[in-house]
Amino acid sequence: MPAAIDDHAFTHYLCIGCPLGCRLEVEEGTEHDIIEIRGFACQKGKEFAEREHTDPRRMLATTVGIEGARWPRLPVKTRTEIPKDLVLDLCRSLREVTARAPVRLGEVVVANALDTGVDIVATRDMPEA
Amino acid sequence: MRYDVVIIGGGVTGCAIARELMRYRVRAVLIEKDCDVGCGTSKANSGIIHGSTHFVPGTLKWRLGWAGNQQWGRLSEELGFGFARIGDLTVAFGEDEVDQLREFQWRCERSGVPRGELWGPERVRAEEPNLSGAVVGALFCPTTGVVNPYEACFSLIESARRNGLELRVDNPVLGIRADENGLWVQTEHELINSRFVVNAAGLYADRVAEMAGAANFTITPRKGEEYLLDKRLQGIVSRIIYPCPSSTSKGVLVIPTFDGTVMVGPTAEEVDDREDLSTTATGAEHVFSKVGRLVPGISERDCIAEFAGLRAVSDTEDFVIGATTVPGFINAAGIQSPGLTAAPAIAEFVIGVLETEGLALEPNEEFLPGIEKPVQVAALTTRERQDLAATDPSFAQVVCRCELVTRGEVLDSIQRGARTLDGLKFRTRAGMGRCQGAFCSLRCMQLLSDSLGLPFAAITKRGEGSWLVIDREDLERRSGEPAP
Amino acid sequence: MISARVSQLRSAYPLVVVGAGPAGMAAALGATEAGSAPVLMIDREPEPGGILNQCIHTGFGLHHFKEELTGPEYAQRYLESLLEHDIDISTDSDVVDVDRERRVTLMSPDHGVRTISAGAVLLCMGARERTRGAIRIPGTRPAGVMTAGTAQKLVNLLGYLPGRRAVILGSGDIGLIMARRLTLEGVEVCGVFEIMPHPNGLSRNIVQCLHDFDIPLHLSTTVVEIHGSDRVERVTVAPVDEETWPCLDKAWDIACDTLLVSIGLIPENELSLTLGLRIDPLTQGPEVDSTMHTSREGVFAAGNVVHIHDIVDYVSQEALLAGRSAAAFVSRRMPPADNIRLLPGDNVAYCVPQTISTDREHTIYLRVRHPLEESLLRLGDVYERKLRYVVPGEMVSLKLRPGVLDRFHGDALRIDILPREED
Repeated sequence: MPAAIDDHAFTHYLCIGCPLGCRLEVEEGTEHDIIEIRGFACQKGKEFAEREHTDPRRMLATTVGIEGARWPRLPVKTRTEIPKDLVLDLCRSLREVTARAPVRLGEVVVANALDTGVDIVATRDMPEA
Repeated sequence: MRYDVVIIGGGVTGCAIARELMRYRVRAVLIEKDCDVGCGTSKANSGIIHGSTHFVPGTLKWRLGWAGNQQWGRLSEELGFGFARIGDLTVAFGEDEVDQLREFQWRCERSGVPRGELWGPERVRAEEPNLSGAVVGALFCPTTGVVNPYEACFSLIESARRNGLELRVDNPVLGIRADENGLWVQTEHELINSRFVVNAAGLYADRVAEMAGAANFTITPRKGEEYLLDKRLQGIVSRIIYPCPSSTSKGVLVIPTFDGTVMVGPTAEEVDDREDLSTTATGAEHVFSKVGRLVPGISERDCIAEFAGLRAVSDTEDFVIGATTVPGFINAAGIQSPGLTAAPAIAEFVIGVLETEGLALEPNEEFLPGIEKPVQVAALTTRERQDLAATDPSFAQVVCRCELVTRGEVLDSIQRGARTLDGLKFRTRAGMGRCQGAFCSLRCMQLLSDSLGLPFAAITKRGEGSWLVIDREDLERRSGEPAP
Repeated sequence: MISARVSQLRSAYPLVVVGAGPAGMAAALGATEAGSAPVLMIDREPEPGGILNQCIHTGFGLHHFKEELTGPEYAQRYLESLLEHDIDISTDSDVVDVDRERRVTLMSPDHGVRTISAGAVLLCMGARERTRGAIRIPGTRPAGVMTAGTAQKLVNLLGYLPGRRAVILGSGDIGLIMARRLTLEGVEVCGVFEIMPHPNGLSRNIVQCLHDFDIPLHLSTTVVEIHGSDRVERVTVAPVDEETWPCLDKAWDIACDTLLVSIGLIPENELSLTLGLRIDPLTQGPEVDSTMHTSREGVFAAGNVVHIHDIVDYVSQEALLAGRSAAAFVSRRMPPADNIRLLPGDNVAYCVPQTISTDREHTIYLRVRHPLEESLLRLGDVYERKLRYVVPGEMVSLKLRPGVLDRFHGDALRIDILPREED
């Protein structure tokens, strides 16, 4: 019914599945329930829209300081994706972190970062200089 | 403490005067507003030592120009900077222009300078096969050369300092006054007393003269844009190529620089701002359309870098050199083209003026004309490189790949006075090649930082204000505030 | 990272690999796996890995390792495999010459100036970034203009920041990645400006690097002037018309202290030119046959030095082939020469390799000139394939089985990518 549609929210996403870059539309009802997803050209696109709409997550890759190594920065990443909204906060908190060489690839640099249950791990070996 | 001579301005004019002055037992200081010598007009020009066929008799600038021309060979031998007398061709596109070339030859004969050779189209084609097929003749002038003008400045000043000159950079002049004790030069950092002041302040020479109360000329900046091409084009011409000059301009030239990079330009545009070193879309268009007519194989796609320089043009259109109404205050101003060519002769001329004005010129018996020539690994054979590397491995560690500059050369140039990324670039060529420093600039900054004992973030491109990077910790500082 | 520097170099190696980036590592691996050893790998940086070491973001290895790795992880995986083989690595070493007898001259503080004889040479020098000078942006020449890749090294390896407020010119992946990277580090990114009407980077990067952080992307817009005498103070940007001419009457200024240029890569071919290799004007890299052999006997090439790739997995794949071929050359087991030349036709900017043969399977990489939504890839009149969507930013790869060419007896095949009516 047209009257009810007015209460619906429409959100748009750009699909990242392939170069097609489909413009996806998620229609949400008054109860934050997904009514319909449009604009996708394949099943993957539909799933992407749903995930982006309900629980968008991202990997964060950044650096932390390191002492006693060849380079002054150690590249790190979240072991798994974290909620998108936490990316900037997490990055900010990592600015205060300094590791100490030697560090091995995969070694936990910060455990359970921001209580997400996700560890921050080194993405390379960093031997002592 | 009192000096005999203060030289204001470390362009090629000031540097040449300083070096010439050190042949005598004179107490002299050169003060420069920027962080390095040779950073203004002297750095940003065509780098040509003009030959005899371009000389119009009668003016001071051409008299000193021809006299200066003949000194560059000896100077470069003594000081080791890049100079080669490669000659030039002024090309004609029609019979009327060939007549004009004959006119130049007669002009040379009348003033007693070498007249050059007139070449027909076959000779032109044989010698410069990449010139436009529409060229019907050319005047070959063998006395023309190319020089790395900034290198000339660096080595002139190094020679002068070895022989006793004091050098103060980052030291702009604020005021000048005269009293019974001579002249007083107030700079940002000190008050200097001297019997003589030589005003070699380039674009600001009229303002310096005004400070001293000797204003009788004005300087108008005339901008010239130049475009540097990829080294792939090395050898496309082997001489400087001039079009036949119009009444207003020498036109756009193709210049095979000493280092092998082909440069095209310049434009000539009067501007108001003495700091306006911007290049423009119209400038590029002008240069490449003119050049395409001379050498069709060159296009704007070959460009790797561009720059603009400002000529210090006096309202007399001639050099303004000589004593003034203020005793002891001597001008060496209005030095536009052929100012670079003329610089060694201007230096001698100014020394003459100083003597006339009462400076005793007692020869400096300890004067050493030469300096230790910087190593240039790129110019060495593999054998020579091996020998050098065996004595000092830092000459086998490449910093700049495009121009093959080693760590040893970079460290040496810092020893000789490079303080900034540009200072290093113009002394060693690191960062001048086709990648334009994308690869080596961070390495160069690291070497500057290590050698000078300065924090990495304190290294600048060319002195105050030209900061390059910031510390992560400094990000929160007020925006617009430069890194310390 | 695991160190594999050698203290002593031999005077001759069956195989010398110039560059220890992703191409060099995969090529060395391919060669040793095919039985050629020892291999010498030479790199100018202090450690192997090439550009991967500064690409700390994720997105590498999806094809090759079937998981999403960061650049350093991808590099380390390769290096660990390499170290199981007989491979010498000479870091901090620049190759300054390769002559026609395959003598490789390097310079390094550890080894001085050394000339090494090679049975085969693999060129894996990668690419360099186009700079401001290449597109002649008018204006002044202050500090604060740098390529996105230089900024990436500055931030990720050295730990400094290029400025406080940045404008990014060019929407290639490096520019997009740096937009996010700077934002994460607290630098304000005012926008990404792209002269073309379509973005140059992957849509994944448009979303995750720009949309996630509300960084505006201005298409059909470019920087027309740089201002500031000592340090960048602002830039003027303007929309462009269909022929990419700036509409200066619609220009506006943006206050910033940094301009990152991300306007494309050029194969790093100094050595290829010294060697007199035939260069394909379309790729600006050496011409290669289906074994990645160049026009000079015993000289192979792979990776960005041949053509610019958008994902590293393809670089590795191509380099693995080059390494295997070089090993075959050294042991005189080269397959018969190619017999078909590929000719880029409609909407094909280039293809690599430039020749193929009828007796083997091939992977052909090509790039389109213009985006097409529904298209048809046509190889002469022997093969057709529907393509869903093609853009210049994403390479098309075409696997060609030998049977396809069974009935073809010509010596040249034209490749077209044509528009297709929707089904």
